[in-house]
Amino acid sequence: MLTFVVRRTLWTVLVLFVISVLVFFIFFKTPGVDPARAIAGRNASPQIVAEIRAQFGLDRPLPIQYLLMMKSLFITRNLVSYSNQGVLVVPEIGAAAPATLSLVFGAAVIWVIVAIAMGIAAAKFRGRLLDPLLMILALIGISAPVFWVGQVANLISQGGLHNTPLFSWVPALGYTSLGQSPVLWFKGLIIPWITLSILYIGFYARVLRANILEIQNEDYVRTARAKGLREGRVLLRHTLRNSMITFVSLFGLDFGALVGGGAILTEVVFNIHGVGFLTYEALTSLDLPTIIATVVFGAFFIVLANTVVDVGYAWLDPRVRPA
Amino acid sequence: MATLLEQVEPTAELRPAIAGRNPWALAGRRLRRNRVALAALGLFLLIVVLCLLAPVYAQDVAHVGNPMAPNLNGTTVVGGKVVPVMQQGGGVLKLGETPIGPTGDIHHYFLGADLLGRDVAALLLYGGRSSLQIGISSALICCAVATVVALVAGFFGGLVDAMLSRIMDIIWAFPLYLLAISVSTELLTHASGIQVGPLHLTAGSLWLPTAIIAFVYLPYVYRPIRGQVLSVVRKEFVEAAIAQGAGNLRLIFSEILPNVLSTVIVFLPLMIATNIILESSLSFLSIGVQPPNVSWGTIISDGEDLLYSRPWVSMSAGIMIVLTVLALNVLGDGVRDALDPRAKIRVEG
Amino acid sequence: MAEPLLEVRDLKVSFHTEDGTVKAVDGVSLEVAPGETLGIVGESGSGKSVTMMSVMRLIIDPNARFEGEVMYKGRDLMKLSQDQIRDIRGAGIAMIFQDPMTSLNPVYRVGWQIEEQIRAHERVSRQAARARAIELLEAVGIPHPAQRVDDYPHQFSGGMRQRVMIAMAVSCQPDLLIADEPTTALDVTIQAQILALIKKLRDDFGTAVVLITHDMGVVADIADRVAVMYAGRVVEQGSLRGLFYDAQHPYTWGLLGSIARLDRPRPRRLTAIKGLPPSLIRLPEGCAFGPRCPHRFDRCAEVPPLTDKLGDGHLDACLLDPEQKKERRDRAIRPDLTAQQDLAVPQDLSPAPDLTEEQW
Repeated sequence: MLTFVVRRTLWTVLVLFVISVLVFFIFFKTPGVDPARAIAGRNASPQIVAEIRAQFGLDRPLPIQYLLMMKSLFITRNLVSYSNQGVLVVPEIGAAAPATLSLVFGAAVIWVIVAIAMGIAAAKFRGRLLDPLLMILALIGISAPVFWVGQVANLISQGGLHNTPLFSWVPALGYTSLGQSPVLWFKGLIIPWITLSILYIGFYARVLRANILEIQNEDYVRTARAKGLREGRVLLRHTLRNSMITFVSLFGLDFGALVGGGAILTEVVFNIHGVGFLTYEALTSLDLPTIIATVVFGAFFIVLANTVVDVGYAWLDPRVRPA
Repeated sequence: MATLLEQVEPTAELRPAIAGRNPWALAGRRLRRNRVALAALGLFLLIVVLCLLAPVYAQDVAHVGNPMAPNLNGTTVVGGKVVPVMQQGGGVLKLGETPIGPTGDIHHYFLGADLLGRDVAALLLYGGRSSLQIGISSALICCAVATVVALVAGFFGGLVDAMLSRIMDIIWAFPLYLLAISVSTELLTHASGIQVGPLHLTAGSLWLPTAIIAFVYLPYVYRPIRGQVLSVVRKEFVEAAIAQGAGNLRLIFSEILPNVLSTVIVFLPLMIATNIILESSLSFLSIGVQPPNVSWGTIISDGEDLLYSRPWVSMSAGIMIVLTVLALNVLGDGVRDALDPRAKIRVEG
Repeated sequence: MAEPLLEVRDLKVSFHTEDGTVKAVDGVSLEVAPGETLGIVGESGSGKSVTMMSVMRLIIDPNARFEGEVMYKGRDLMKLSQDQIRDIRGAGIAMIFQDPMTSLNPVYRVGWQIEEQIRAHERVSRQAARARAIELLEAVGIPHPAQRVDDYPHQFSGGMRQRVMIAMAVSCQPDLLIADEPTTALDVTIQAQILALIKKLRDDFGTAVVLITHDMGVVADIADRVAVMYAGRVVEQGSLRGLFYDAQHPYTWGLLGSIARLDRPRPRRLTAIKGLPPSLIRLPEGCAFGPRCPHRFDRCAEVPPLTDKLGDGHLDACLLDPEQKKERRDRAIRPDLTAQQDLAVPQDLSPAPDLTEEQW
């Protein structure tokens, strides 16, 4: 167990290092972008630009700059944005994280519940009408780009029907934190939740249905039936318990990726200022410190999610545990 | 009462020898019986053909000179009357200029105009060409490269496998969109483009998003194929071939690849679908296809400002994407079922 | 004769497929008396597994069609409700399957799985169930049962897993244990152990056993009566001795003749039954074994009924005259014998000439 933890930690550090280096060098070789000038502002004199260059260490060799940036990111945490004057990057990410977490968490609750219901229903009524119906819905879910679904949702709820009782409760696009107003928080998130979950419901319902059907043919399910157990118990304790192994692993990976900034499209469409939104703004304005910080943040979550899934897999499937 | 009890040779009614059938032929037969998958294939091909005929539509049907050139001062015919393409004070807020909406007339701005006065219907077909080209070619490149790398990693094992898999893990650890966006942004700011072998990828080229999308999904395809290679490498017929003196190259291409091929083929329609969606997302964020090219993603993005007044701009492009990707997904399912050796027992009548 | 414990009456099971209707079981009738061991022999595809799985109503394929009756303690199992059949499964009739590697749920401990069966049928506390599980593991010969009760199936070897399956199956003291090729997936040495275990439990609890197998040796070891199945029908049924020494059906002769025997002179070739089993979608007219039978004659164009020709409880489905059968049977099963009555002693079996009586 200890070796596992140590190895994983080393691997995480390595991955973060490689990714941060890659991102750093990708953006630092961008011609035509002079960070000093960007920070100083458009009309700054050459002296001010030179001062800023020295102040931010932008005249030092690249590896030194990298190290300096890493230090201010992780250790002193006073990394400053290039494009937004004086804004500290790390707290900015910290402020954006709750929005992303709220979005992803809510969507995850919806998609897990609905996908499980759909997957079980489709498997149980296989061959009858409900099965292909549900699967077509699932297929449409994974075939529609999430940002477009968001647009459709906005069109409906913010557009013509906004003044009808059906959608008049929908607030303007944006995020209200839980502390500020729980009601507004909820109202503002419910449509983004549904939008984001549609894609995942489609995917997970199909995965679960396929798993259930495969496992229903396993010998041990036949044994369970031969033991005289109720069908419901066979389904829950034997079939589902084994089908969920894949489901849970995939869920862990997707959840981690979303929290790490994968919800960027949903955030942009609904104007939710989460980590993904922040990344997008940073990328389009080539704000290197923010880019590095958000990418490292995202990669960290992905690797963390991978680790949790690996551990969780061993917990779910005893065959995988070390002897 | 028995008659002559002579020894009778076992009759020739013994079952005829089972004719050996090529598994690919069997799969093809299964696929052909799957009407839903065939319908999906038909829909996909229809869309492809329509998009390929984009110039025909633009020149001969809609009479638009250059569909991608702005046409702010142009006019068109609606209900027999000549109207300007950009109308004053139209739309919800009754301010500024608003392009005309759908006319229902195939020859004149069937789906209306966008903010630059362009014929949306013609744009849709041209956009389809870009999206489909990027989707299909990036899927092919991705699958080909991933298969080669997986073959090498799985076959040689050891350090080679460890290194290649670690590299793939690191690529995959990049948050997906961040990787694509980072590389896109970076490459797009190189005005002179970059050189990749024989291809010169400039900002205006469609090959840039193609390469990026293919790259980003490499680990996704690589992992299952590598798993498949590993399991095939262990099988006895590979050992037998080695005992026969087969060299590495022959082993990889004659013994292992054919058995891995079915997995790759199942991935193709799925990857085309996934890549179309990624391309549209990147284009929506203005980091995919660049002007003057259009794709379904750029149309949706352009239509965002017109969302509440002229929704058909965004909606039409989105619907095209959904139809195409849906068709590909259904086809992908059909291909997977056809190649799956487990027989399906269906109810008859 | 006492009331049979289980009576299968003209059971027919068919499956609709896209290629046609598969007649897996085509009119099978069997009987098992309380405490008796019935062996069902046949090759793959003969319908033996499908028959017994249908008895337990374990076939849930929506394309399956059933006809006939299965009488158990006065009730027709085919007509019972789901609740009623569940009560019988595991408690009245229990079943163990061929592949112990996959027949146990890999994510639950074996003790838990045994307890699950016990508590599904009896109202006992968890501790009591666990104690019984440990006892059962001990009874089937698992060492250190108190520790191993908390192990997972993958921590056991194949033979051990089959023992666990047996423990689970007998946990509620069923009247009838159906064993579907319990030893096929195991090594020969383990085979013997498992069979010995089944015999011991049978003797201890008086359980009736139906043992399905394709191995005549297994049958010889454990069965009281034997039924031979071919192409979904029973072709011969009788006592163990009766089947081995007085087989009445050419298919059985083929089976017996193809066994390599160590106690007889070595034949030049083992006799094989020419041809392949028929397609269950297109069964031949008349006797299903006809196309492969060297003794076929014109009456074989009708389906032979399963009847008792000599009134001794030995049933068979062959229309040949019993007298003619004897002669043909001997030729089929003992090709090493000549037409004469006496056996010439082959030279390699003579005692070595050097040894005298004192030296023995």
